[in-house]
Amino acid sequence: MVRLAAFGGVYSNHLALAAVLEDIERRGADRVWCLGDLGGFGPHPDRAAEILRGAGISMLRGNYDDSIGNDRADCACGYTDPRDNGFAQISYDYTVARTSSDHKAWMRGLPERHRIEAEGRRLLLCHGSPRRVNEFLWESACSDAFLEWLCDRHEADVILCTHTGIPWHRALPSGRHVVNVGAIGRPANDGRTGVWYAGLELDGGLEVEFRPVAYDHEALALEMEAERLPAEFAETIRTGWWTTCLENLPVRERRRGRH
Amino acid sequence: MSSPALSILPRQPAPRGESFPLQPLLHLDSLWIQVAGTSCNLRCTHCFVSAGPGEDRHALMARAEVQRHVAQGLALGVKEFYFTGGEPFVHPEMLDILADTLPHGPCTVLTNGTLFTERRLEELRRLGGGARFSLEIRVSLDGPGPEEHDAFRGRGAFARTLEGLLALEHHGLLPIVTATQGPGDDALELRERYVRMLREAGLRRPRLKLLPLFRLGREAARTRGYQAVETLADLPPESIDPARLQCSSCRAVTSRGVFVCPLLVDEPAARMGRTLGESLGAFRLAHGACFTCYVTGMTCGNA
Repeated sequence: MVRLAAFGGVYSNHLALAAVLEDIERRGADRVWCLGDLGGFGPHPDRAAEILRGAGISMLRGNYDDSIGNDRADCACGYTDPRDNGFAQISYDYTVARTSSDHKAWMRGLPERHRIEAEGRRLLLCHGSPRRVNEFLWESACSDAFLEWLCDRHEADVILCTHTGIPWHRALPSGRHVVNVGAIGRPANDGRTGVWYAGLELDGGLEVEFRPVAYDHEALALEMEAERLPAEFAETIRTGWWTTCLENLPVRERRRGRH
Repeated sequence: MSSPALSILPRQPAPRGESFPLQPLLHLDSLWIQVAGTSCNLRCTHCFVSAGPGEDRHALMARAEVQRHVAQGLALGVKEFYFTGGEPFVHPEMLDILADTLPHGPCTVLTNGTLFTERRLEELRRLGGGARFSLEIRVSLDGPGPEEHDAFRGRGAFARTLEGLLALEHHGLLPIVTATQGPGDDALELRERYVRMLREAGLRRPRLKLLPLFRLGREAARTRGYQAVETLADLPPESIDPARLQCSSCRAVTSRGVFVCPLLVDEPAARMGRTLGESLGAFRLAHGACFTCYVTGMTCGNA
């Protein structure tokens, strides 16, 4: 049996990252992967980078890491709404100015995808989707036919992705799987202050468990306020409801939220 | 395709030997199905497909034909479906079509929001609430107030559309309002104006998508069509990212065949074939509308 722990979207939430790594340590995992987007949204970006690198966790280069690592003009998250892009730019300008050159060089060199063969299955780890780093794979916006095509096209039996911030798992009619492992940097727009990551057990079959992790969210919100990050961001951390970057949510996911 | 009815539409100036970028279909993500043809209960002065009551350039599509296109799309790995017209809800079987399609993938209906009966809303609520895929209802507005909107769509249209939006939200459907962003409009300011107006009108959770102005159909006659400088002719291939244009990932089916995108369904040169299978080839970006997509980076998709 192979046990894999995977998470994405740290978004500078160093307190949640530390709590997630503790939870993984406690439960045990053969491999641990972060699927990208270390910075953005939260405070003091170097803190999360130090924790992750210090723990020797493997990481993919998400769109955020690609932008920060290469000092690009924006995060390339792929929002289309002007308000969402305005908030994204505030986060990005804050993060790019406070990420050390050493961490930037490390981010530049990260792989965009990673393949694992385990228990006879081909796992493909990516950030947005196997074909585009900033593609949003929302559960309610992807037909089975499309996900099957992605698996065929990219020669994968299990695709692991993140980028949207809301975890989901679909067992496809063909027996293959797509798992969006969620993000640990902000809550999953579910009215809970904790965050989620994914634990996978590959044996004869594939078991996917989304694990909730609580952390000191109030301390993070206070740090965000002290750094003068938008009040809307701190509100999300305190309430578990997204207040920004909402416009590209499909209706099913949007309906479950408050805003 | 040659058709006398199509010849009434403003045409592209004939290419003068320039070379236009060749745009591949990378994958069929979005299948647009013009279920209602050009039939609509309104006759808006800016309609880019020149739809209206009795307009039958593109015919209403039978439910069985829609099912065939849906099945072909699924065989190609389509991600989502969009239903347009005209006005989709003039189609007597629109709800059946949604009930057929929604179990297979996400569906979006583009409507003017004026034809919602209580029975229809209840059925949409049932369909949208019960499916594992999103059922999106998109409603277009042509201004943040009745004076602008009604000038395009006829007196009283704005009030009826707002009523429709409120009813949709009341039934849990959280409609997306689409609005046009003119060349001089600041996106954020325009967004805030619409959102403020929609909140004042009673919408709790307004959703908004801005679209650029396309100089097609009646809009071309109302203001102007594309000018010779609005072209992608001779654009170096390296300055174009195919994935950024929606024609790398969509096709639009009407009763007259399969077109490269939902905007160019009246352009003979944009007809790619009779069936989806015939329509997966590359397209020359020779139309003025291609210039709009290239410059604005916007797509007709939801996000």
